[in-house]
Amino acid sequence: MQPDAIYPQLGEIFREVFADPSLVITPDTKSSDISGWDSGRMIELIVAAETEFGIRFTTRDVDGMAKVADFVRLIAQKTGSAP
Amino acid sequence: MTSSSLDWLPPCEGGKEAVARIESDADPWSRLVALANTRLSALQTNQIDRIRARVFPHVRPGSLTTRPLRLAVLSSSTVSHLLPAIRVGALRRGIWVETYEAAFGAYHQELLDPASALYAFAPDVVLFSFDAQHLVGALPVSASWETADAFHAQTLERLRALWALVQDRFSGLVLQQTIMPVALPLVGGNEHHLAGSSHHAIARLNVALRDTARAARVALVAVDDQVVRQGLHGWYDPVWWFRAKQEIAPQAAPLYGDLVARAMAADQGLSKKCLVLDLDNTLWGGVVGDDGLGGIVLGQGSAEGEAYVNFQAYARDLSMRGIILAIVSKNDEANALAVFRDHPEMVLRREDIAVFFANWDDKAQNLRRVASALGIGLDALVFVDDNPFERELVRAELPMVAVPELPEDPALYAPLIASAGYFEALSVTAEDRARASYYRSNTERSADVAQAANLPAYLASLAMTLSWRLFDDVGLNRIVQLINKTNQFNLTTRRTTDAEARMLMDDPEVIGLQFRLVDRFGDNGMIGVIVARRSASDTLTIENWLMSCRVLGRRVEAAMLEVLVQVAIKQGIRHLIGCYRPSAKNGIVAKHYENLGFTEIAEAPDGSRYCLNLDSYVPEGGPIEIARG
Repeated sequence: MQPDAIYPQLGEIFREVFADPSLVITPDTKSSDISGWDSGRMIELIVAAETEFGIRFTTRDVDGMAKVADFVRLIAQKTGSAP
Repeated sequence: MTSSSLDWLPPCEGGKEAVARIESDADPWSRLVALANTRLSALQTNQIDRIRARVFPHVRPGSLTTRPLRLAVLSSSTVSHLLPAIRVGALRRGIWVETYEAAFGAYHQELLDPASALYAFAPDVVLFSFDAQHLVGALPVSASWETADAFHAQTLERLRALWALVQDRFSGLVLQQTIMPVALPLVGGNEHHLAGSSHHAIARLNVALRDTARAARVALVAVDDQVVRQGLHGWYDPVWWFRAKQEIAPQAAPLYGDLVARAMAADQGLSKKCLVLDLDNTLWGGVVGDDGLGGIVLGQGSAEGEAYVNFQAYARDLSMRGIILAIVSKNDEANALAVFRDHPEMVLRREDIAVFFANWDDKAQNLRRVASALGIGLDALVFVDDNPFERELVRAELPMVAVPELPEDPALYAPLIASAGYFEALSVTAEDRARASYYRSNTERSADVAQAANLPAYLASLAMTLSWRLFDDVGLNRIVQLINKTNQFNLTTRRTTDAEARMLMDDPEVIGLQFRLVDRFGDNGMIGVIVARRSASDTLTIENWLMSCRVLGRRVEAAMLEVLVQVAIKQGIRHLIGCYRPSAKNGIVAKHYENLGFTEIAEAPDGSRYCLNLDSYVPEGGPIEIARG
């Protein structure tokens, strides 16, 4: 998938996990930008993204996830059309 | 059915909107309970829990009929991601639960210190959740058997001591999670040859836990059993173990929470007590009112028919352990009862059913009657119906009745009901087992089996009964199938069609016999067929004689002959003629007639003929009882 196509879908996941319909994500959004983004929500984000995009993050992937752009880069790679 | 998800619950309709409406609902608790009774994902489970916490921040709802609980989870690794699912699992059963998680790795200190937060919390349920590493990680691979045995005993003793401590300090339920089989084998299939194998140590401890926990009155949360049935992949994900020391993967949380909640609900008597079954397309395939007794799909002869038999057997086994069975079906009662009485493949008998409602009233009304006739609550019922319309109607009208979402394939009915854990019990009492006998008049199958050293004694111990009938409508499909499929034990390999077989039924010159064999292991179904035609005034010629190879070597053929002779003598027959026509596959019956005392009267390459004089026939008197079915 192209990053442009990933953002809307990933945004939907974030809005659902944080139960905030007005939440908007950018490549630089990180945990300190969203209230409630703790390690528990991180798990939910990862599990939801894996389910939604039909992919698996590796141990190394998970270690390196800090901001939204990391999610998008990895999803693009794993869905087979990395830039 | 391989997923570790809540497959038996109906899908969560209008997910987001339904969730949004809860907070403004007049009765938010009931809305939450209803939502918890849908097939929530891990994510939705956590959302429901957050809403519950918002709507009921500190006070619990006023009108609870269940006992609120305070659950402390004492764990050696991370379980915080499982707590929402445990709370939602309890919510599913209308139970209010507050949870406490001991500080990471500090459960033992907290247990020993009366000033700890654990004591302040004052739990009435304590769940021990220990990861495999914590329990068996200290066993060195190089250990001797002596060391391994001592380690095994010490580990059990450690658990016993913890349980005793909790039982001494707090009153209430103690739960112990079994050990997740996450350790990898080092030897392979014969891992048990390595004394220091963690893999084997886990297996061994899990077995020992059963006895140890029972003796200590501690209930198990058997995650190892779930792993056996669903696979480790759905339950354990190394990524989460390495990242967050979560031995139970977040994806498995909803099911894990449900397992814990089942145990807590069982402890307060909230498990279901009665399985209410629909009939058409639930206990058999087809509609008996339309298709007739012979037209329904049940039993040997089709995979689907066997699947229904399997489901019936599961229901019967549940009843033998104390679950009450009831029938609620839209049917004419006479039609429904006729199947129970006359269909030879029925596993469930009328005596197995405590209350039987076959009528045209709506099912909610009939379910109320079931509950009142049995003197139990509607919330003790599980209603199984293949028809989505009926399921929805009952869910809407009687939300307290559990209505599993049945898969389309009857082969999956029993596994689904089992996975839902409706009838969870923490122990089995003599009364449970006796309960079935209140409702049934047929005798229990004898439980233990004498080890027989020789063949006649073994055959006698099988307690075989050969039941026979003349050809009839009900048996016709299986008769035709047997005639056309049997290759080995088949004297003439003469095939037939449906129409031809039906003509035989009505032909006064023909004796068509169908045989079933029941033994102490169960019903083998229809296993043999004989077709014989009067060829002279006192002579009967056997045109077809065949038998299923499943019952070879049990002297079934001698008993079949005895039946044929009885029937033939009544019709004035004095001689039986049998033919053996060799085929590529039927060599095993070349000596069939000779072995039964027939005399060869003609030999030809395309077949030999044998005769038995009935005046001098003496029944073999073998190990098989004969009964007219």
